[in-house]
Amino acid sequence: MNSQSIKIHGMIAEFEGPQQLLHAAEQVRDNGFIRFDCHSPFPIHGMDEAMGEKRSPLGWIVGIMGLLGGGGALLLQWWTSAVDYPLVISGKPFFSLPAFIPVTFELTILLAAFGAVFGMFALNKMPQWFHPLFFSDRFAKVTDDGFFVSIEAEDPQFDPEKNRQFLESIGATYTEVLEEKIEEEPAEKSGH
Amino acid sequence: MTDSQTIAETHEELIKGDQTFHSVTDAISRISEQKTPKLWYLAFSIAFSFLLLLLGSIGYLIYKGTGIWGLNIPAGWGWAIINFVWWVGIGHAGTLISAILYLFRQEWRTSINRFAEAMTIFAVMCALVFPAIHVGRVWVLYWVFPIPNQMSMWPNFRSPLLWDVFAVGTYFTVSLLFWYVGLIPDLATLRDRAKSRIRKMVYGIFSLGWRGSNKQWKHYELSYLILAGLSTPLVLSVHSVVSFDFAVSVIPGWHTTIFPPYFVAGAIFSGFAMVMTLAIIARKIYSLEDFITIKHLERMNIIMLVTSLMVGYAYATEFFVAWYSGNMYEAFTLMNRALGPYSWGYWIMIICNVAVPQIFWFKKLRRNVPVMFVASILINVGMWFERFVIVITSLAQDYLPSSWDYYTPTFWDVAIYLGTFGLFFTLFLLFLRWLPMIATSEIKGVLPQARVEH
Repeated sequence: MNSQSIKIHGMIAEFEGPQQLLHAAEQVRDNGFIRFDCHSPFPIHGMDEAMGEKRSPLGWIVGIMGLLGGGGALLLQWWTSAVDYPLVISGKPFFSLPAFIPVTFELTILLAAFGAVFGMFALNKMPQWFHPLFFSDRFAKVTDDGFFVSIEAEDPQFDPEKNRQFLESIGATYTEVLEEKIEEEPAEKSGH
Repeated sequence: MTDSQTIAETHEELIKGDQTFHSVTDAISRISEQKTPKLWYLAFSIAFSFLLLLLGSIGYLIYKGTGIWGLNIPAGWGWAIINFVWWVGIGHAGTLISAILYLFRQEWRTSINRFAEAMTIFAVMCALVFPAIHVGRVWVLYWVFPIPNQMSMWPNFRSPLLWDVFAVGTYFTVSLLFWYVGLIPDLATLRDRAKSRIRKMVYGIFSLGWRGSNKQWKHYELSYLILAGLSTPLVLSVHSVVSFDFAVSVIPGWHTTIFPPYFVAGAIFSGFAMVMTLAIIARKIYSLEDFITIKHLERMNIIMLVTSLMVGYAYATEFFVAWYSGNMYEAFTLMNRALGPYSWGYWIMIICNVAVPQIFWFKKLRRNVPVMFVASILINVGMWFERFVIVITSLAQDYLPSSWDYYTPTFWDVAIYLGTFGLFFTLFLLFLRWLPMIATSEIKGVLPQARVEH
């Protein structure tokens, strides 16, 4: 016989539109929730302040990568042209800086762009093909016209019933608890 | 009138029909979900035939060598280089629309940026075919990269041709990343709408688990802004570096300082013409008149008019500098362009690039779709001839009359050029078929109901 246990990952609440979601975010923040997030089909301006989010540190990653790209390019051109295999070309000095600027510039941009894209992936923990939010079928609306607040079970104030009442009081039109049914296979069968 | 009213009014003009968030999602996502129109199959089979022509011609070129082209001495650069510059130039409008107009907060760009970026990527791929096969021994193409090898030799970093490798390579990579980052939220939309398992899986994998959370949007928006900021100087540098291939040499008609800005303006000019051609076709086939409105087309026409004037000004400046420099070779080359054996090419260029766009001074004409469709094609013909005039007239008759020759392309020059259209349209049609061709999440962000008050 299969024994079932249910794991609660958190809950979601749907709001009518961007304006309502923004206000809900402020309320949720003011009520001391920490592990919550807001989900929308497009970025909503002012949401970071409403949620009390800090500025993204991505700029630092990009800046460092850009410096590495530019510095690396200069080093590469200096070492290959002036140290490892010096060749006189049109009477120019071995380390002819003006001629090295285009490649330096392009590699600065290239590595900075890598920083911007892969840094963003890292900060967003992408790819993350599975997330408990996907337990909810309703949540699929988020990429169409759904506006959701999600509260994680790890939040110290998490309590499905109390949170539901609170979210409905600030205008949620729909709430759902994210449950995972964990099927535990009987011991004798697991031997196969 | 309050600010929000003005904003609402401009939006009304940009996106037509009472759109809701859902109707936008539906109108755009449906294209890749519904039955493919018959016309698509017809277009695809034609495009694919030309792609096969390209592959066959390249195969023969590798087997036989670049001697199958019409190249001679002195004209050692022919159609391959012309086509390379032409295709790279076309790509530039995509980046201008996606990056520069984004930085200037021109919200009208959201309707056209996705497929303009796709056009950039495919155009740069077509462009990259040419230098790759022009090197002759394609099997040692890796010599252009600084890879340690058994000869312990390095590429010559002082050569503009090597700068090209880095500039166009970076341009392709960054454009691809920028495009993909923009696609992620829309791929997630397709994932969430998918009915079949295979669609769910493929779109699921490529949307990387996007869930529209504000903690994701926060990094995402900054990433997009930074990429736009990086792409802007990049796009200006790419055609500047391409122009260095000419300007850094000592050939009359090439060795001028005006080349970088002149090439960049020409690139944007021809790129917008190509975006226009594609946009008119796509909006007609898929009935996207609500999203790509006459307003969008009119604004692109205005940009073409402006860049046409810049290009015309550059043509005039070349003549002035040739005369003012007192350099007889320079003066001869320029006169030879307008009156010499290739003057037919020169005047096609002037008519298409300088005369034709002047029709856009008239509001009636720049809002007339058939007129702008024909004009956009003529502009790209003209821009091809601009590169033809630059490359061929300067090379075929340079310093020594004894070494002059007349350049004529061969069947294989034409076949490879037409073949790259096959590559371009094959990729473009696959893009229209499988990916959201309009940036759905960005369109939603500019709808009036997306505005929030604090």
